[in-house]
Amino acid sequence: MGTGSLTITNLSIGDLKNISLSIPPGEIVCISGKSGSGKSRFLRAIADLEDHEGSISLGTTNQLDITGHQWRQIVRMVPAESEWWLDDVEDHFPQPPSSALLAEVQLNKEILQKPVSYLSSGERQRLALLRSLYPEPKVLLLDEPTANLDDSSRESVENWLVHLIRQQQLPVLWVAHDQAQIQRVADQHWHLEQSQLTHIGSQ
Amino acid sequence: MMTVIDINPLQLSFAFVLVIILSFCAFAARLGITKKLLISAIRTIVQLSLIGLVLEALFSTSSPFWISMMALAMLLIAGREVTARQRRRLTKGWSFAIGTTSMFVSSFTVAILTLTVIINPHPWFTPQYAIPLLGMMLGNTMNGVAICLDRLHETTWQQRRVIENRLMLGHPWNEAIGKIRRDAVRAGMIPAINAMAAAGVVSLPGMMTGQILAGTSPALAVKYQILIMLMITVGSGFGSMISVLLASRRLFDQRERLRIDRLVLNDPD
Repeated sequence: MGTGSLTITNLSIGDLKNISLSIPPGEIVCISGKSGSGKSRFLRAIADLEDHEGSISLGTTNQLDITGHQWRQIVRMVPAESEWWLDDVEDHFPQPPSSALLAEVQLNKEILQKPVSYLSSGERQRLALLRSLYPEPKVLLLDEPTANLDDSSRESVENWLVHLIRQQQLPVLWVAHDQAQIQRVADQHWHLEQSQLTHIGSQ
Repeated sequence: MMTVIDINPLQLSFAFVLVIILSFCAFAARLGITKKLLISAIRTIVQLSLIGLVLEALFSTSSPFWISMMALAMLLIAGREVTARQRRRLTKGWSFAIGTTSMFVSSFTVAILTLTVIINPHPWFTPQYAIPLLGMMLGNTMNGVAICLDRLHETTWQQRRVIENRLMLGHPWNEAIGKIRRDAVRAGMIPAINAMAAAGVVSLPGMMTGQILAGTSPALAVKYQILIMLMITVGSGFGSMISVLLASRRLFDQRERLRIDRLVLNDPD
């Protein structure tokens, strides 16, 4: 079910009108813009969490061909602030991530046994990224995925994410504020302002 | 059978004088409920006096049409009460519709089953049995349904980000709201379960006490009370389950998106 380019055609949600965009497999499209410009809402529409107009498809699979939760099993949005609903970290994972995977984001195995309330915001953000890999996504929609990280973790998480995206050939929308990060990771850069999505450049 | 001692209006007014004394004390203590207390006491007197007249008329006719009308009126009033007791309700009359449907399915089914299979009066809709039984079923189911819908809506509102995060992870809607649903049904069923656990030990249930006061032997009154308490638990249990099932589905749309915009704050009293 659904691999290939993520194609958005004439998407309208709220003040955003008729947005069209295509993201080939393994490419990262960064979106920048002021707070409140509608970046998160744009991601939510692609994840089919809000009512919208227009067509969204992944390869030959249209969003409306499958149920909402089937779509979100392949098109995974990771919000800026993650939520945790059970007591311990490991209870939120269908299967525990390997030590090697944890090490990629500078975490160790012991963190899985911790109560969620003991986690720092940076640990939460890194664990939320790992959690979003179950079940295996075909598209990632990342809303400021490194916003809560210090410089050293930001670099390693960023490198790990880019490697994962290239290796698994995932089309990715990445909301970012940091211009230097956009320079490092983006294949295409779009800017959202006053309900207009403007193409800034491609690498 | 013992004769029941009649209570005349003058004797009843003595009870009301005690309520006035209580309201005076509440006023002096600045509890802020004096007006509500007096209005509620007056409502009790007026409403029960009127229902007394209605029941007298109903018992004398035994007409299935008028019994159905009475049952329908009770159901609609209970539906309105369920809606009014929720801090947040569903928009476009859905809280009323879901409350009424779930009470209708659970209370009416259990009351009719009790009348036709267990008590078996002739005819089965004899108002002396049907109306009090339905009244008790509806009253208790209404409490259960109101509690569980209130809990469901309030917790969904508070945990909307958690639900959405679970949807983002590809969880089906019923899994994303599963724990909230179970907690809501549990909250709706607990009053009936607690009442069964305390019956006869901590409290003497009202219907049994009433029957004994009216001259029924305690042994027979107890049998009726056991029957009623079991049926009330069944009615409020199924009522809670049905209402939470329907209301939780309404909180999501066809695409399994959380529709928090379908919840609105109820107007304050």
